[in-house]
Amino acid sequence: MKTAEQIALDVRSGASTAQRELDASLAAIHARNDELNVFLYVDEDGARAAAKDVDDKVARGESVGPLAGVPVAIKDNMCQVGVPTTCSSRILEGWRPPYSATVITRLLAAGAVPVGKTNLDEFAMGSSTENSAFGPTRNPLDPSRVPGGSSGGSAAAVAADMTPIALGSDTGGSIRQPAALCGLIGVKPSYGLVSRYGLIAFASSLDQIGPFSKTVTDAAILLEAIAGHDPMDSTSLPEPAPMLSAHVNDGVVGKRIALVRELIDGADPDVVASVTRAVEVLKDAGATILELSIPELQLGLSAYYLIAPAEASSNLARYDGVRFGLRVDGEDVEAMNTATRTAGFGAEVKRRIMLGTYALSAGYFDAYYGQALKVRTQMIDAFKRAYAQADLLIGATAPSVAFPFGSKTSNPMAMYLSDVFTIPTNLAGEAAISVPFGAGEAGLPTGVQLLGPGRSEAQLFAAARVLEREERGS
Amino acid sequence: MTSPLHRDDVAHVAKLARLSLSEEELALYTDQLGQILEHANDMSTLQLDDVIPTAHPFGLINVVRDDSVRESLDRDVVLAMAPDAEDGRFAVPRIMGEAP
Repeated sequence: MKTAEQIALDVRSGASTAQRELDASLAAIHARNDELNVFLYVDEDGARAAAKDVDDKVARGESVGPLAGVPVAIKDNMCQVGVPTTCSSRILEGWRPPYSATVITRLLAAGAVPVGKTNLDEFAMGSSTENSAFGPTRNPLDPSRVPGGSSGGSAAAVAADMTPIALGSDTGGSIRQPAALCGLIGVKPSYGLVSRYGLIAFASSLDQIGPFSKTVTDAAILLEAIAGHDPMDSTSLPEPAPMLSAHVNDGVVGKRIALVRELIDGADPDVVASVTRAVEVLKDAGATILELSIPELQLGLSAYYLIAPAEASSNLARYDGVRFGLRVDGEDVEAMNTATRTAGFGAEVKRRIMLGTYALSAGYFDAYYGQALKVRTQMIDAFKRAYAQADLLIGATAPSVAFPFGSKTSNPMAMYLSDVFTIPTNLAGEAAISVPFGAGEAGLPTGVQLLGPGRSEAQLFAAARVLEREERGS
Repeated sequence: MTSPLHRDDVAHVAKLARLSLSEEELALYTDQLGQILEHANDMSTLQLDDVIPTAHPFGLINVVRDDSVRESLDRDVVLAMAPDAEDGRFAVPRIMGEAP
């Protein structure tokens, strides 16, 4: 499939049209969606209208944006006016949002064509997309394995060449881990870089929207289009979107990049081998390599699995059968609330709501939630010390390649460990990128993770591009 | 190590969270939540009395906008999404008991 960059060039120059590019995307979706369960909803009419709008503008000689005519897949936890939005949950089945997320508005302004909503673990809680109420998504590279999660549908859409780019959200690794398992670029931007307005909240202090793509440049173009201050999100960074695509070829000469022991400890040997080789490539490209140990990172998993469920238990209190979504009748309001939530939420969502409710409840607050918030401070301080010595950090994205269906579903802790290398970045509000680099078991792709401080996206893309050039030869 | 969690704790939390659990679910969640909390015990031995907690990566500050009138969602549009509405309001089952 053509890159987003190429499609936009062709549409702007008249070599192609947005409608032709959309037809190719829809054909690819129709060919494999039944098999892979990638899209929960394909917005064919809306996409055709958006594509025609782009083509009309080109015909009139008006300027069209940097994503002119580019089909984009949207994780189904982002609101798009009039388009069914479910979070892969029965509790929102059939709901159509009355407004659009800022990212959707910005995509349309950039000329992109949102084609539909992709599957996810219910309310983005999971690492395999097996927690969807509408069935799991299959990994296009090996349909007997998971695509990762929670943004598994968006990752699969790009991996199966249904769209060149997609949006996901990353609360503890939900973009980077599926990117690694599907052989894609996946970016978790700095907290606040992309507006969360219209992103259905899971854990508000950790959630961040970001891109999936096959090339570093496409990820940079997509992130540029959606980033920048938004008055509708009070946690949004004050400045406009940074220049990113102009810097992808900046290289790494003179950059200090630290291999972090805790970001490879426990990973499969083939994953570690890919990270080791990536370090060599960056060194050959002119980076100064050092090795660091950041023991605080080992506490990330424990802190995350109290903080994220605590925030989720609060955020998901809104699903009460009163204002939108499912209602199951009961004789009084409390019985109705309980019947609705019991029928509407799946097992993992209930598990996290209860964990969070427990961590926040009287008598346990200080011991669990309070302690986790202090560990979060320590993690932020530890990263600060690391970034005094290094410009970027490097490690694995996920401990293994894509795993078979059902292999972790009976043991929540085993599933949670899939995110052990990605969680620290969310807790610190910083930026990271997963780059497909090397292969492991059964020839499946391995992901190398580059981490940077807040607002380091341009440097991360430049380092990722060095690895990409080595892998792809261009 | 024994689980820090008892079945009664889970039943209480489920009630707080407005979830109804079967006996099997209660047993399963007691076991699984206990394992997760046990993993979290690696934090409980840390001496963190002097550490300031972080609830938000950048420290939230109040953000205010100009007090100007803007368009908002139309009431009918919002009520159309509700499972039940009546006379321009959300409708719910009774909240209070019958009068004695």
